[in-house]
Amino acid sequence: MWKWFHQLASPPHFFRLASVLIPWLAWPGYALIAYGTFAGLFVAPPDYQQSDAFRIIYVHVPAAYLSMMAYMIMAIAGGIGLIWRMKLAHAVAASAAPIGASFTFLALASGSVWGRPMWGTWWEWGDPRLMSELLMLFLYIGYMALRSAIDDTTKADKASAVLALVGAVNVPVIHYSVEWWSSLHQGATLIREGGPAMDAAMLYPLLANILGFSLVFGALLLRRVRSEVLRREGRTRWVRELVLAPGDSA
Amino acid sequence: MKNGSARTPGLLDGFVATLRRDLLLAWKRPGDVLNPLFFFAMVCTLFPLATGPSVQQLQFAAPGVLWVAALLAMLLSLNSLFLADHEDGSLEQLLVSPQPLVVLALGKTFAHWLTNGLPLVVLSPLVAVAFRLPGATIQVLMLTLLLGTISLSLIGSIGAALTVGLHRGTALLSLLVLPLAMPVLIFGTRTVSLAAAGDGYAAGVLALAAYALGALSLAPYATAAALRVSNE
Repeated sequence: MWKWFHQLASPPHFFRLASVLIPWLAWPGYALIAYGTFAGLFVAPPDYQQSDAFRIIYVHVPAAYLSMMAYMIMAIAGGIGLIWRMKLAHAVAASAAPIGASFTFLALASGSVWGRPMWGTWWEWGDPRLMSELLMLFLYIGYMALRSAIDDTTKADKASAVLALVGAVNVPVIHYSVEWWSSLHQGATLIREGGPAMDAAMLYPLLANILGFSLVFGALLLRRVRSEVLRREGRTRWVRELVLAPGDSA
Repeated sequence: MKNGSARTPGLLDGFVATLRRDLLLAWKRPGDVLNPLFFFAMVCTLFPLATGPSVQQLQFAAPGVLWVAALLAMLLSLNSLFLADHEDGSLEQLLVSPQPLVVLALGKTFAHWLTNGLPLVVLSPLVAVAFRLPGATIQVLMLTLLLGTISLSLIGSIGAALTVGLHRGTALLSLLVLPLAMPVLIFGTRTVSLAAAGDGYAAGVLALAAYALGALSLAPYATAAALRVSNE
């Protein structure tokens, strides 16, 4: 176990492993998204209340789920980097932030598009989920701003890891405070997406998309970490050998 | 620190020494304490000027206005929490001192609250009266500000420690601290609004107290860690 952990922490080893893993994550991911999106848009029956508007969940739910997931990965990776001084973990945290912020933005944008026909407004201040996502986006922005403000990579890694951990402790509090805030505001939770009883023809494409998005997220993350590692290790011998190696398309 | 005592200084000595030093510094430079207070009063004046002098509207907006102004005033003062110490090198003395940095950071944060949070609480009824809030609501407002500014000082100290010594630190500090401070703002304003409407508000006060306790037990460690990172 520990040997494996240490091996993983070695940048050249990780680089090779990531290069092998990326296609194995990406292609099944694309296939699942293709199935989920097709089945979700054309096969699944329209919702009896929301008719075709509900179909946005096939993008919205995976994006919202990944926005949380990416923050968790970022915080955990930051914690690992702080505690075990593992440089690779910091590279993971640095790479997860922009992807997570993009998914958060996608979740917000798709939620807003969904809200237009459902609530008659692009932005409903009273909805706790929208507000939580917006605050999530602000947390990501703060994290990335801190990272870019510090020139020294090691220092930026540690400072942003502290911030990510503080943010991770705060996320549940933010979530519940926003929920409490909106519960006093009159019932804005008009329609719960999907509801508990969801038809299988609707559910399977959604599950496929959630899994597909996650796999593609994993591939994107590994790609970013790979280039982040190259950037950070630019002066080492293995990178020079890798770049100068003839015929290798890495 | 006191000289001539045979015993080694304990945890409390470090805390008290930091606290006394910072209070003394604040006493010698009253502008640092007064400016955020003036800022608070000015921001509160902006709202009636911007929205019009309708009493009903002002009463309705008062909890939000006062809380947002207090939050911004706290942010303004946080910027200087570690800045002077960083510039004159005394921050490094804190880092290498045999006392645990957590305790010293807590002492500095407590001094910040005493010189910036508490004056806001004391000043708030004046502004609240101008906004025509009834007496009972003002008491709740002061209670929420009392609990809320403790949390804001503690959370803000993390942000201040992370950004100390950075260029463009002020704007960055706001970006870092504001999202973390949202729950405090939500609990604070809603509690006052509930009290103003005559509803039960105990839940909000308890939530604020819980948040302050949680911040008190966790934030100093994050601040200490951040100070170490910033001074590497």
